Amino acid sequence: MTREMTRAMTTRNHRKGNSLLIKGGHLIDPAQNIDEPMDILLRDGNVVEVTLPNKTRGSADDRFDARGLIVAPGFIDLHVHLREPGQAYKETVATGTAAASAGGFTSVCCMPNTNPVIDSVEWVAWLLHPDRGAVVNIFPVAAATLASRGATLTDFRALHRAGAVAVTDDGRPILDDKVMRDALRLSSDLNIPIVQHAEDTRATEGCPMQEGPTSFRLGLRGSKASAEADIVDRDVQLAQASGGRLHVAHLSAGDSLKSVRRAKRAKARVTCEVTPHHFTLTDADIRDYDTRYKMNPPLRSASDVQAIIAALADGTVDAIATDHAPHAAYEKNQEFDRAPFGITGSETALGLAITRLHKDHAIPLSRIVALFTSGPARVFDLHNELHRRGTLAKGAHADVTIFDPKKRWTYDAAKSLSKSHNSPFDGWQFTGRVVATIVSGRIVYQN
Amino acid sequence: MTTPARGSLLSIEHLSSKDIGTLLQLARRMKLERPRSLLRGKRVGLLFYETSTRTRASFEVAAKSLGAITTLIQASGSSIEKGESLVDTGATLHAIGMDILVVRHPNSGAPHLLAQHLDIPIINAGDGMHEHPSQALLDAYTILRHKKKIAGLQVAIVGDIFHSRVARSNIHLLSKLGAKMTLCGPPELLPELAATLAPGLNLVRHVEEAVRGADVVMLLRVQKERLDGLKVHIYDYVTRYQMTPARLKLAKRDAILMHPGPAIRGLELEGDLADGPQSVIREEVKNGVPVRMAILARAAGKAR
Repeated sequence: MTREMTRAMTTRNHRKGNSLLIKGGHLIDPAQNIDEPMDILLRDGNVVEVTLPNKTRGSADDRFDARGLIVAPGFIDLHVHLREPGQAYKETVATGTAAASAGGFTSVCCMPNTNPVIDSVEWVAWLLHPDRGAVVNIFPVAAATLASRGATLTDFRALHRAGAVAVTDDGRPILDDKVMRDALRLSSDLNIPIVQHAEDTRATEGCPMQEGPTSFRLGLRGSKASAEADIVDRDVQLAQASGGRLHVAHLSAGDSLKSVRRAKRAKARVTCEVTPHHFTLTDADIRDYDTRYKMNPPLRSASDVQAIIAALADGTVDAIATDHAPHAAYEKNQEFDRAPFGITGSETALGLAITRLHKDHAIPLSRIVALFTSGPARVFDLHNELHRRGTLAKGAHADVTIFDPKKRWTYDAAKSLSKSHNSPFDGWQFTGRVVATIVSGRIVYQN
Repeated sequence: MTTPARGSLLSIEHLSSKDIGTLLQLARRMKLERPRSLLRGKRVGLLFYETSTRTRASFEVAAKSLGAITTLIQASGSSIEKGESLVDTGATLHAIGMDILVVRHPNSGAPHLLAQHLDIPIINAGDGMHEHPSQALLDAYTILRHKKKIAGLQVAIVGDIFHSRVARSNIHLLSKLGAKMTLCGPPELLPELAATLAPGLNLVRHVEEAVRGADVVMLLRVQKERLDGLKVHIYDYVTRYQMTPARLKLAKRDAILMHPGPAIRGLELEGDLADGPQSVIREEVKNGVPVRMAILARAAGKAR
């Protein structure tokens, strides 16, 4: 166990009182349209007061001096791989959520492509059990089909009741038209989002990266962006026809955005997320077979990156999600064709968002905070009466992320709280760093 | 991860034209008849994950001619079959005392992976569809036995360029040395993307256009299975792209005909053309030895 992790846990266990006053900070809460200095009082796991500076009435056991810092609702990551059950050598619920806490995430939605696949109520309950040692809230996303084989739908209703917030076959697409249509119909009836990993695997088989000058130069087989965009287009049509809720996971291609925009204009129930690596890197960054840059969807061209940044700014994209995908070093240290897809991402998401989107592209901080809070909360209904997340309105869960938007720092993957260190951003310098992560009124991470 | 050890040869792309010139000069001084002992006591591992006749034999002869001890490790009959990873196999060979590893591998980038993890020189003897640097060097060496210099030469490369590591290495090398390159093949085997590999590449679809006025005509091997997979009819390919005496006549009178081998007679070239007066196919194989001697000498830090 690393020093930081011990600190994360001891801070949690040795809290003094059950109320905390966050004083002197600048509150950005897009759900309430607040972007001004405010003090916040948390008590018994809830937000009890949000006031102008020095105007709180209740007393607090502890105080947090947030002068010069941004105070935001706890960040929500719609897309992480915690690798349990079955692949604890890559990550566990405990280590994955510790890494999330270091990235400012107070809630993570974990994907079901584990071994076995999370396709039953029992496995959802297992994930949510306190013995897993989650440091932040976890919201399981269950499999949409049995064993994610894409054939037989799982029991959406029972999974939802057990705590799953959505269903997906992530890692694989739901390719079959009929299965996808049925899933979306059911999603309409039950009001559960279907999360689609949009990839026409018939067109991407054997392709470790996207087709382009880099794939040609390296002699690697390249897939086309249309392998994603075609599926998104089909899904949007099915969602419109069925009234179902479609969420496009890790959208990476500029052309996919066209379908999403069309759907949104037509008031279809379609949302999408984008990863920090897809708004930062291109296929050229793979240089000479650097497997840290191998992920799925693959890194795309500069024009795709530009289209994604525009869509983040204009509201087409609902959330920034990390697709945190830990892998052991020996797995990544293989021939490029053989190395697994995926990178870790929890700890670098905010730094990349502020550096790339705010500093380089002048996207306002309030929009970035929305992409981490109110946006993702709406996608999986985490803002509803039951969950009360994604905002710091009075009565909401006391999940808070406090960050310094100006702090410059360098990411050292070796010091990650994740069990795996497969990050292409090792050694990168960022602006914007998490200072404290608060879950249910308790500080679970502090820097 | 570390940078490749000095003396590694992973690609032509990352060599300067000066490096290429030095290697070719060194190769000219390597005479088989007068063995040199530049590699005396050195252990050269030949790590072959793919079958090979000429590259393997010629690296082995080159290493032995320089006084090295060679060990051949092939995928079948080694721990590779048992599932040992490339990095672990490399580390094992390093521990045994290999000073240089020559690697042939079906995956593009495999030699780069070894070079990142081992601090001994790694020589790429062909990786996937990526590069085959020693082949490009011996081709340049061969061209220079017939032409004064490479700069300004018209070179046509015909065939399956997409799948060819030989093509990629040759395109890099000959472009760096100033040749005017024309690439020719059907779109399935020569996508438009090929033009991005080096500056000034000319892509054409008609073999006559490619060959007309050429100083060097280089053919690539066509794999029948590959054409089938891409639904290119073999008869169409032969009709449109096969090198025939009539087509070769369109080239300069003193043009040379090259092929990295193994040449499939009756497919990419008409049967007897390989033995014709313009063919330097045998000579290419022969020149592989001094060129690989030079590559090994450079790897051992004896490139003087």
